[in-house]
Amino acid sequence: MKRLAGWTMSAPATLLVALCLIVPVTATIAATFVTGQGPFAAYAAFFGSGFRRAVLIRTLEIAGATTILSLLIGFLTAYVVSRAPPRWRSILIIMAVFPLLTGVVVRSFAWLIILGRNGIVNNTLVGLGITAEPLPMIYTQGSVIVAMVYLFVPLMVLTLVGVLENIPDDVIQAAQSLGAGPFATFREVIFPLAVPGLIVGAVLVFTGSFTSYATPQLLGGERQMVMGTLLHQRAMVAFDWPGAATISAIMVAVTLAVVLGMTRVAKRLNPMAT
Amino acid sequence: MTGRLHPGLIAFAVAVYIFLMGPLVIVIGASLSDTTYLTFPPQGLTLRWFERIFEMSAFRRTMITSFQMATLSTLLALLIGIPAAYALNRFRIALPSWLSTLFVLPVLVPEIVLGFSLLRSVQVGAGVPVFWALLIGHTLIVLPYAVRVVSAALASFDFSIEEAAISLGSPPVKTFFTIVLPNVQAGVIAAFILAFITSINDVSVSLFLTGPGISTLPIQILAHVEQFFDPVVASVSVLLMVLTVAVMAVVERTLGLTFLAK
Repeated sequence: MKRLAGWTMSAPATLLVALCLIVPVTATIAATFVTGQGPFAAYAAFFGSGFRRAVLIRTLEIAGATTILSLLIGFLTAYVVSRAPPRWRSILIIMAVFPLLTGVVVRSFAWLIILGRNGIVNNTLVGLGITAEPLPMIYTQGSVIVAMVYLFVPLMVLTLVGVLENIPDDVIQAAQSLGAGPFATFREVIFPLAVPGLIVGAVLVFTGSFTSYATPQLLGGERQMVMGTLLHQRAMVAFDWPGAATISAIMVAVTLAVVLGMTRVAKRLNPMAT
Repeated sequence: MTGRLHPGLIAFAVAVYIFLMGPLVIVIGASLSDTTYLTFPPQGLTLRWFERIFEMSAFRRTMITSFQMATLSTLLALLIGIPAAYALNRFRIALPSWLSTLFVLPVLVPEIVLGFSLLRSVQVGAGVPVFWALLIGHTLIVLPYAVRVVSAALASFDFSIEEAAISLGSPPVKTFFTIVLPNVQAGVIAAFILAFITSINDVSVSLFLTGPGISTLPIQILAHVEQFFDPVVASVSVLLMVLTVAVMAVVERTLGLTFLAK
């Protein structure tokens, strides 16, 4: 009876996810194995192409760099926020939420005004006579990484503030009363306790930047093609659906591997787990 | 939490917050510039770029579509998500544990892959018209917010209150609306806001599902930036920021802003 009621109530949502997500995505992935030229022909073609391999490697590099920089910046900032006086803490949290609620397009577009040919940085450099000609800053890997770090730092800060706030004062005082200096307390107590949060943050940022489209499209263009922009170009410009499906399958595989792998690591590292 | 913070750390955090806010201030400045190209600091002040948005039918149309999509997909997601969240909490033992994972899948699957797959199977394969395919896509990506946030609110709801009402003769459906729903109101409002914002900002799913005549605002912004580098896009961005501020004000009034950080 309860079983029936539970299933009935969750049926519409379950059906939507099953029919409009699981079926279509599975169909996309299945299509890559049924090419008529052997089951792995599509992947052989992908990895056989120097250009596509370079795109995959570039995407991994950008996602990796974004994750590491966001972790560093986010962790230190979240630490300050979690130790700030209560009134300041809520202001700082609001200031991190605001960019997060502002869309990806707006936040990426902002960097075009900053890094563009007539952008603030170039105008300043030329104005000060440091360079004679504007430097080409957009359409570089660096510009994509800067904009992505900008995109993901608020997410990292908000993920970590919660974790750092939950570290009991007693633990820190205990460490200090046992003679640990601020740095030792940080390294031996606070950091290990924050590891599960750092892993969650890292997974969110890595998968988010690995599969992003708008930021690399605006700041990388065709010169810095990544998996997301390549997928769009294959599907909507070249109408190469088998190629786009292969890129989709590789993106799903990498995302799943990262999520599952890091969940494992998190379970093993969690010092609070019994 | 007490304890002194190293001045160097504080300086670092200040720099990070300047990094977070600076670009948004720059967009606002650029939207007011009396030049035909984007620049900061603005040269001369004008509001004509804001007027220009409403003169351009592409922006007007896509703005309406984006609002329709965000409203409809959020309502649909709540309509099917609230009963699911209720079932997950009320009949936890009777339902398999993977069911709650199912509703998070739209977050786990890369959005751009979902967009392409919906194009292949739903729009082209099943011949669903552009508007409806777009609505399906948006409902899917906002569903996790509806289920998860309402579920979190229900987790702290004491179901014995509901049982008491029913045992006193209140019909189950009426009890849901008069007892359960008012108790999780904050969760429903939060879910509505997060879902609405997610839909209105979406790029990756809409990218594949927009068709001739039907597009959403973020897709239109992307298309515009690729052709023209004028302040119109900055002023549209400012309008979106105003919307975000309005939303945050609503949250502040109803739930308190730190709610969003949880």
